[in-house]
Amino acid sequence: MRALQIHGLTKTYGNGVQALKGIDLEVEEGEFCALLGPNGAGKTTAIGIMTSLVNKTAGSVAIFGHDIDQDVIGAKSCLGLVPQEINLNLFEKVQSIVVTQAGYYGIPRRQALERAERYLRELKLWDRRDDIARNLSGGMKRRLMIARALVHEPRLLILDEPTAGVDIEIRRSMWRFLRKINDQGTTIILTTHYLEEAESLCRHVAIIDEGRIIVNDPMSQVLRKLSVETLVFNLAEAVDGVAAIDGYAVRMIDPTTLEADVTSDRGVNGLFAALSERGLRVVSMRNKANRLEELFMRLVDSKEERGEHTAVAGR
Amino acid sequence: MTRIKQNLVALNTLVLKEYHRIVRIWVQTLVPPAITMSLYFVIFGNLIGSRIGQMDGFGYMQYIAPGLIMMSVITNSYGNVVSSFFGAKFARHIEEMLVSPMPESLILIGHVAGGVVRGLLVGLLVTLIALFFTDLTPVHPWITISVVLLTAVVFALAGFINAVFARKFDDISIIPTFVLTPLTYLGGVFYSISLLPEFWQKVSMANPILYMVNAFRFGILGVSDIPLGRAYLIIFAFIIGLYTLALTLLKRGTGTRE
Ligand SMILES: Nc1ncnc2c1ncn2[C@@H]1O[C@H](COP(=O)(O)OP(=O)(O)OP(=O)(O)O)[C@@H](O)[C@H]1O
Ligand SMILES: [Mg+2]
Repeated sequence: MRALQIHGLTKTYGNGVQALKGIDLEVEEGEFCALLGPNGAGKTTAIGIMTSLVNKTAGSVAIFGHDIDQDVIGAKSCLGLVPQEINLNLFEKVQSIVVTQAGYYGIPRRQALERAERYLRELKLWDRRDDIARNLSGGMKRRLMIARALVHEPRLLILDEPTAGVDIEIRRSMWRFLRKINDQGTTIILTTHYLEEAESLCRHVAIIDEGRIIVNDPMSQVLRKLSVETLVFNLAEAVDGVAAIDGYAVRMIDPTTLEADVTSDRGVNGLFAALSERGLRVVSMRNKANRLEELFMRLVDSKEERGEHTAVAGR
Repeated sequence: MTRIKQNLVALNTLVLKEYHRIVRIWVQTLVPPAITMSLYFVIFGNLIGSRIGQMDGFGYMQYIAPGLIMMSVITNSYGNVVSSFFGAKFARHIEEMLVSPMPESLILIGHVAGGVVRGLLVGLLVTLIALFFTDLTPVHPWITISVVLLTAVVFALAGFINAVFARKFDDISIIPTFVLTPLTYLGGVFYSISLLPEFWQKVSMANPILYMVNAFRFGILGVSDIPLGRAYLIIFAFIIGLYTLALTLLKRGTGTRE
């Protein structure tokens, strides 16, 4: 069963902005899918259409087989949304927000109270249940929106930048939590600008750019496409310069730091051998950028080189 | 079957939420109309009214009491829906309802019910205040109750439509100030239209609020400037028209979806 099926989806806003230019996307049940793209790419617009918050211009969307034109109630029942912008009633109490949301999904009050307690505890908000939402910190508000999105136990959970502005400790605990509910069978679609987050959580990646899907593949396959990685070496002793190493583009950043481009067919062994041969002692090594990040930048860069940025090309 | 049960839970949730909102901010929702109406009773009813003499065979205080009750019901049922629904749009928690499987008709009915609750609560409060000044024993209790209830529905619906179109806070006070208040003041709250020259009587007949106020007054005092049947007809026509319009707007996503 497909959790999500999108065909030929377009969206032109009232002001003439064409936010989606015909996207096709399918997400299998049980998948953990990253939806990536630069600012203004159309991620939130696509999510808005899936969740009935934005009217589409053309195309079709089905959630677990429920087409949003024919059976929107069926589609909505399967969905939980954590929006990008805070959309809480700031004067309502934390617990009441979650219980009310359950009520809108038709969950009787007793059961709603039980579930609200479960999810508020999971997201470490139970102690704050009697606070009004305004008194929560930004990260707590995001967690509250997650609890609210889960209270009806949706089969497909969509999170639009849930970890923006969340501290590292909470972010890790959110990751653990999302992995857990994904393991329990919830399909998840996640947008984020932290690419290491996408790399560590998601098994599938879709990248949207300027309203078009430019990548839509399993994560492992996407990462394999990355033929060149840049590694950074920290040296024990300062050097004046490095002679060229055959097959590797090596640059000196400062006397104790070197940078080298390594292609996947060569690997790093040869590079280490060459460095040792020259008597250079490497203290530590890291990737210059997260791998997904590097790929992402290349996709955007290559597009610029090809002159696909109309604004640039036109002038 | 389960769908119906779920819808009932959803509607109940929304109505309770609206009710809690009214009670939570009672200083904004219940106190101001009580104060304003007390002033009306003291100044118009007591001080000035004692010089006016009889109106349609009733003391002035007794004559305006039903009008003032209706005026507060109208303002408050309208005001509750317009501020609650616009507030939800503005702070975006309206999305809690829009993403849920709750049908549009229930979103509308729930808000209207909230407006009716506030209208009737305030109406009751004003009635209690009125009882300090005059005697009000409805001659036709069922007419009294049905008219006040249906009128509250009309203006709750109107408030909803106002909120749908509103984009900024100014937009939710324009209609009440420039349309609702003048129509209410000219709608026979303070006088019988038989006092007006014939031409202005005719003009007044175009004001729907006149019918509602007079039908309510007929329920309490047994006198009216207009035929009762026509009043009910107008009220039902407004309910059907406004409900259809509000639901169409909501389904189309006007003012709620991009
Ligand atoms: N309500 C709106 N009215 C008009 N244009 C809009 C509206 N919302 C979004 N847009 C435009 O649509 C395009 C896509 O926006 P969208 O919010 O979907 O991007 P995004 O991928 O979510 O970006 P971000 O990473 O910044 O959240 C942008 O050009 C944006 O300016
Ligand atoms: Mg976005």
